[in-house]
Amino acid sequence: MTDAQWEVFSYQGVIAAAVLYFLAMLAYFFELAGLRSVARDEDVQDQRTAMAGRLALVLSVFGVVVHLVALVARGLAADPNRVPWGNMYEFTISGTFVVALIFVLSTIKLDIEWLGPLVSTFVVAALMAAFLGLDDAVLPLPDALNSPWLVIHVVSAVISTGAFTIGALLSVLYLVKARSSATTGYLARVPEPKVLDRLSYRMHAFGFPVWTFAVLITGPIWAHQAWGAYWNWDPKEVWAFITWVVYAAYLHARATVGWRGRNAAILALVGAATLWFNFIGINFFSSSSQHSYAEGAGAERSVVLRVAAAPVEAPEEVRVVVGADHPRR
Amino acid sequence: MTDLQTHLDQRSSDDRQATSLPNDLNARELARWSWRQLTSMRTALVLLLLLALAAIPGSVIPQEDIDSLAVSQWRDNHPRLAPIWDRLDLFSVYGSVWFSAIYILLMISLVGCIIPRLFVYARALRARPPRAPRHLTRLPDSTAYTTDEAPEDVLARAADALRSKRFRVETSTEADAVSAERGYLREAGNLLFHLAVIVVLVGVAVGSLFGYKGGVIMLNGEDYGFSNNLTQYDDFAPGSLFDPDVMEPFSFSITDFQVDWLTEGDRAGMAREFVAELAYETEPGGETQDYDLRVNHPLTIGGTDIFLIGHGYAPVITIRDGEGEVTKSGPVVFLPTNGQTFESFGVVKAPFAEPEQIGLEGTFYPTFAMGRDADGNLTMPASVWGDALDPLVSMSLWTGDLGVDDGSASSVYVLDKADATQVLKDDGQPFRMDLRPGDTVTLPDGLGTVTFEGVQRWNKIQISRSPGKLVALGGVVLALVGLLGSLFIRPRRMWVRARRQDDGTTRVEVARLDRSSGGDPEDGAAELAEIVASLQAPTGAQPTSSRSRKEQS
Repeated sequence: MTDAQWEVFSYQGVIAAAVLYFLAMLAYFFELAGLRSVARDEDVQDQRTAMAGRLALVLSVFGVVVHLVALVARGLAADPNRVPWGNMYEFTISGTFVVALIFVLSTIKLDIEWLGPLVSTFVVAALMAAFLGLDDAVLPLPDALNSPWLVIHVVSAVISTGAFTIGALLSVLYLVKARSSATTGYLARVPEPKVLDRLSYRMHAFGFPVWTFAVLITGPIWAHQAWGAYWNWDPKEVWAFITWVVYAAYLHARATVGWRGRNAAILALVGAATLWFNFIGINFFSSSSQHSYAEGAGAERSVVLRVAAAPVEAPEEVRVVVGADHPRR
Repeated sequence: MTDLQTHLDQRSSDDRQATSLPNDLNARELARWSWRQLTSMRTALVLLLLLALAAIPGSVIPQEDIDSLAVSQWRDNHPRLAPIWDRLDLFSVYGSVWFSAIYILLMISLVGCIIPRLFVYARALRARPPRAPRHLTRLPDSTAYTTDEAPEDVLARAADALRSKRFRVETSTEADAVSAERGYLREAGNLLFHLAVIVVLVGVAVGSLFGYKGGVIMLNGEDYGFSNNLTQYDDFAPGSLFDPDVMEPFSFSITDFQVDWLTEGDRAGMAREFVAELAYETEPGGETQDYDLRVNHPLTIGGTDIFLIGHGYAPVITIRDGEGEVTKSGPVVFLPTNGQTFESFGVVKAPFAEPEQIGLEGTFYPTFAMGRDADGNLTMPASVWGDALDPLVSMSLWTGDLGVDDGSASSVYVLDKADATQVLKDDGQPFRMDLRPGDTVTLPDGLGTVTFEGVQRWNKIQISRSPGKLVALGGVVLALVGLLGSLFIRPRRMWVRARRQDDGTTRVEVARLDRSSGGDPEDGAAELAEIVASLQAPTGAQPTSSRSRKEQS
């Protein structure tokens, strides 16, 4: 196949995956509707309801498989072939893939299928956002991105993002469940707040070291190679650091009287908010970030071999000379 | 307090609690109380959140040491706010007093927390597993059964089973019970993580105090060399304790520079695969070596790294003055004003020209074209491509005092127009020259001639020395190792008690206590079940009761 065909194939794959997730979501909602008046301990009598739950999981699994194929195709569509992490659209379809994958894998070991409605809704919404708002052509990687660290850095960042996202969904459920006295329906079937809190903690405990590796080890090593300094206080770096600090606070909060439970869950959500703001927001709000790969923020900035303004004797005056288009430094 | 509660409350000292201020205090008690507050977990948490909050402004407001250009623009646009922002250090958040205050307090809090815990841990490491609580079956994970075996046999087997599971086992303190504990490394990981944070900070501090970062614009060609000493840099940012003697005595020149311009596709016009071919010597008179300097592939000489971070054009201009003498000849660095098309701005000065000084100011277009508006009318000239396919330099002419004679510093990129006058044509329009390579223009008023000989390239090279970077990296790696230990190692205690009952049978109680805050009941129940199974293996004992957290909830 030609690159153009691979690209079309990849789009079709992402659409197919999104449709599968959407159907899974519908099946989950159908199951929820069927469970509306069923008490927690009761077995599901209605065959159709039980079927809908199983069908939803199967659809999710198919969605993950198709999603993976679409990701690989995206990489094959580039010339030369590369990992599909060159712009925000590609980051987002990779991030949602990891969220869906972690969920599907977790169902093997953990009793976590009740999280399906939330996960499928989130993934469908994020894929739609990626498609409508972030889509970008398959472009060759600029020099600065062309490094083995791209794979290591992005894989770890995306994996931890996936884990934190699922942790955040669990924390939302925890907060809602803790206030709820429902005896039937979805909330009643969700495990006890204690269990939700623990599951959420496990997701975060998995995500945090991976995030540390991505942000504080591979990031600085690569930044040193590509930009000449291992920490630049680039807006993306600042927010990755903020996310790290907030999740560190979350882990401490779980061991502090007065912060356990509700406050810790709120901290986890604050962490997720900083994480996603960093992932998407920074690219649109910050014009100075060297991580701005989104089309909206100016594609030329991703040509990271920056133009130079060398303030020789009078830096003040040079600033006036080089004008607004000038990228960093 | 029952002994059960004692055990449950005896978590590792994670729970350093802040306490309210007592009423009557002398100075010493107040200091003690303050220290306790500062090193309490709650304070550490608040400081962490403050640190996160304090980092935000730096990502929103332009920062002096990151993008000084943006700062000056911001100052121009907000003349009223800028002084206030200045007073609040908002243009250099990460070096500001208040940001430093937060992380220094956090570090003090951390040290104040870690040091006592080191002693606690040292004692805990030597301590034997504690005695069994009186009522084992009241513990969350516990079970009991009766058997015909002698209590001694059961306890001996329990000790073996626990040892084989790598528990530290204590059999001698009690006659009828075995205590065991494992997972000591969790706290070790925890301590390692926090100590490593300090190591990272030290590494970063060493780098910013003793290191330096400098930049130089290097014209391509063997005629233009750089040797590593202070005078050769265009910009130089040393740490406050930097000592110029540590600068390695290397030198280099750029023999060639290549760029691959994409000519098709969505990103046509983008440049890729920059290669600057360096010829360098690590010390004066040393052997000359070659290196292909590329993005992501810095050259390391000793402790110094050399990076390729930019490129641009330097038109070669020759100025003959009114007396026919060559007063200026050679490449002049023009700075790109557009990162895509490499339209560049520059200044050529000939202060020694006779009869009058000559100053040129203008724009270089690598690939010249006239812009057109929607109706097809010619608009502003522009460069349409970054590569030098059809270069043109367009300059205006100034004479008079260019301000370079008085010895004060002036930028080679700026024409000082205070005492200079622009040369105008007869119709009153500014005199402008548009030159292609090889073109010569005769200046009016017998000032001389200007020749555009051709185009040279230059590279911006960044040179930095950041000592302590490996310390910082090692620190983060240690922190990660510690983190893994503190998150995934589960400290837990197990007890097995066996007592002869009145009817001659033996009642065996087994209990497990998870001491990690992220305990996992499923795993706990499984471990308990394994121990019980290995105790019961040889005989068919009857379980009498069993409790687990699952049933409780």
